[in-house]
Amino acid sequence: MIGWISYIVFFLILASIYAIMALGLNLQWGYTGLFNIGIVGFFAVGAYTFSILATPDQVGHLGGYNWPFLLALLGAMVMSGIVALIVGVPTLRLRDDYLAIATIGIAVSIQLIANNLSWLTGGPQGIYNIPQPLANYFSSNLGYNLFFLGMMMFILVLVYVGLERMVNSPWGRVLMAIREDETAAGSVGKNAFSYRLQSFVIGAVLMGLSGALYASFIKYISPTLFMPILTFQVWAMLIVGGSGSNLGAIVGAVLVWALWTGSGTVVQWLLPADIQVKGGAIQIIVIGLVLMLALLFRPRGLLGERKEVAAEETKSKISNIQ
Amino acid sequence: MLEVRDLSKEFGGLKAIDGVTFEIRKNTITGLIGPNGAGKTTLFNTMAGVYAPTRGEILFKGEHIEGLPPYKIFHKGLVRTFQIPRPFPDMTVLENLMVVPAGQSGEHFWNNWFRPGKVREEERALRAKASEIAEFLNLSRVLHLQTKNLSGGQQKLVEIGRALMADPDMILLDEPGAGVNPSLLAEIIERIIELHARGITFLLIEHNMDMVMRLCDPILVMANGQLLMEGNANQVRTDPRVLDAYLGGEPEVEEAS
Repeated sequence: MIGWISYIVFFLILASIYAIMALGLNLQWGYTGLFNIGIVGFFAVGAYTFSILATPDQVGHLGGYNWPFLLALLGAMVMSGIVALIVGVPTLRLRDDYLAIATIGIAVSIQLIANNLSWLTGGPQGIYNIPQPLANYFSSNLGYNLFFLGMMMFILVLVYVGLERMVNSPWGRVLMAIREDETAAGSVGKNAFSYRLQSFVIGAVLMGLSGALYASFIKYISPTLFMPILTFQVWAMLIVGGSGSNLGAIVGAVLVWALWTGSGTVVQWLLPADIQVKGGAIQIIVIGLVLMLALLFRPRGLLGERKEVAAEETKSKISNIQ
Repeated sequence: MLEVRDLSKEFGGLKAIDGVTFEIRKNTITGLIGPNGAGKTTLFNTMAGVYAPTRGEILFKGEHIEGLPPYKIFHKGLVRTFQIPRPFPDMTVLENLMVVPAGQSGEHFWNNWFRPGKVREEERALRAKASEIAEFLNLSRVLHLQTKNLSGGQQKLVEIGRALMADPDMILLDEPGAGVNPSLLAEIIERIIELHARGITFLLIEHNMDMVMRLCDPILVMANGQLLMEGNANQVRTDPRVLDAYLGGEPEVEEAS
């Protein structure tokens, strides 16, 4: 029983970490139409920045700054934002394709840096002893994880409410106008580049936040954790849950992460030990299948019906005020 | 109000606008006519910032605006509409109008977190203004419809409404009368006259000569990228060069026979 509870708590913590990433992608893609296929890069920047800032003494690489948890979290977010600025400023004025190419390039570069720039990242050995907030106050592992889950829920709600306020606002309205007709939006005074950049950077900041929380939760990071498959997973979460819906991004994250870990467990039960490693491919097949089914039967995802909803919402808001 | 000096725009070797100079006085309704391919829309697009001119200057209220991006020209108080209407299709008429005004504090995303009260207050004022303009343009009935469900004529009115939401000094209208049924056309003309009386300067491209002759003074005539003449309705109507440009005939030969 305790085993199951521990597992579910562990699962929900990771799912909520993914949900924050999916929310970041939803702002970029669902609300702005920015095709970011380098999500894992921003996630990695967040994780490494947090680890370097928050860890106590380090041997052989940068770190040991021992920053308090919240400050290190903030530092990680700022650093992801800066990387997004560097990618976004030259590409967001150009056609969509350039952002896609640039993001995939930056994600690969960041992974290579993590693997090779040992003085900064610890190289293939990664970074150990990443601190967890308030860990001293808990004696049991489950107790601490329950606290961490509570913290994750709090952060997730904060991010969700913040995003909802943003997209259902004059800011979100301009974003929608730009997405629908950039030329017309320009003719009524809206600087499309500026809004796209804002959306891209804020989305990347969330991915960085997600990476920092991940590093703190698992206490150890290494370059193998930041492979392109992660980008694919987050995209699957958003598409299944419903692009353009913040709630959909969260639901999609939980669902796809459940399928991913679930299918992994099933493979372990069914297959003999010597081919279990190859069996991991089944996870990718399952997610691929779910993606195709979603696109066939619910092309807007489980909760992605935003367009009509937007008009409805406005109507109800107006009738509230009148 | 608006001065264009020796303006040229070339695409490759093609001179779409070729050394055009004119001035638009404050609080006039100026017409811009000419046969297809004369360069009218290119001139519009250059004034509105879609194209940077190859040569020449554009001054609006004494400030250089040539080469500025469209959104900056909008902020100077010069607003344009499109030949083929471009309302935001999935947004309602109300949203189309409310999105326009510059300097909304809710356009800074952080104000929606930290100053929601102020944003709400502004939204209320904006909604009142948008409703008023919708009423003026007879769009109240369709205020909550997505603009993709409106008729072509109504979409033109939404565009005019969007321009009005900006409290502009000058509006560039690109064929407000094209593809509009006669009763709606009469309404559009009436609205332009009313807005003119409120002090807005207009420049309009139009093929409907009836409308141009009734509304516009002066009228600019363009042909082959150049300004052919400028004058009032009578002068334009009787000028042989205008006839020549439109019909491609040779009036002098006709006169001789």
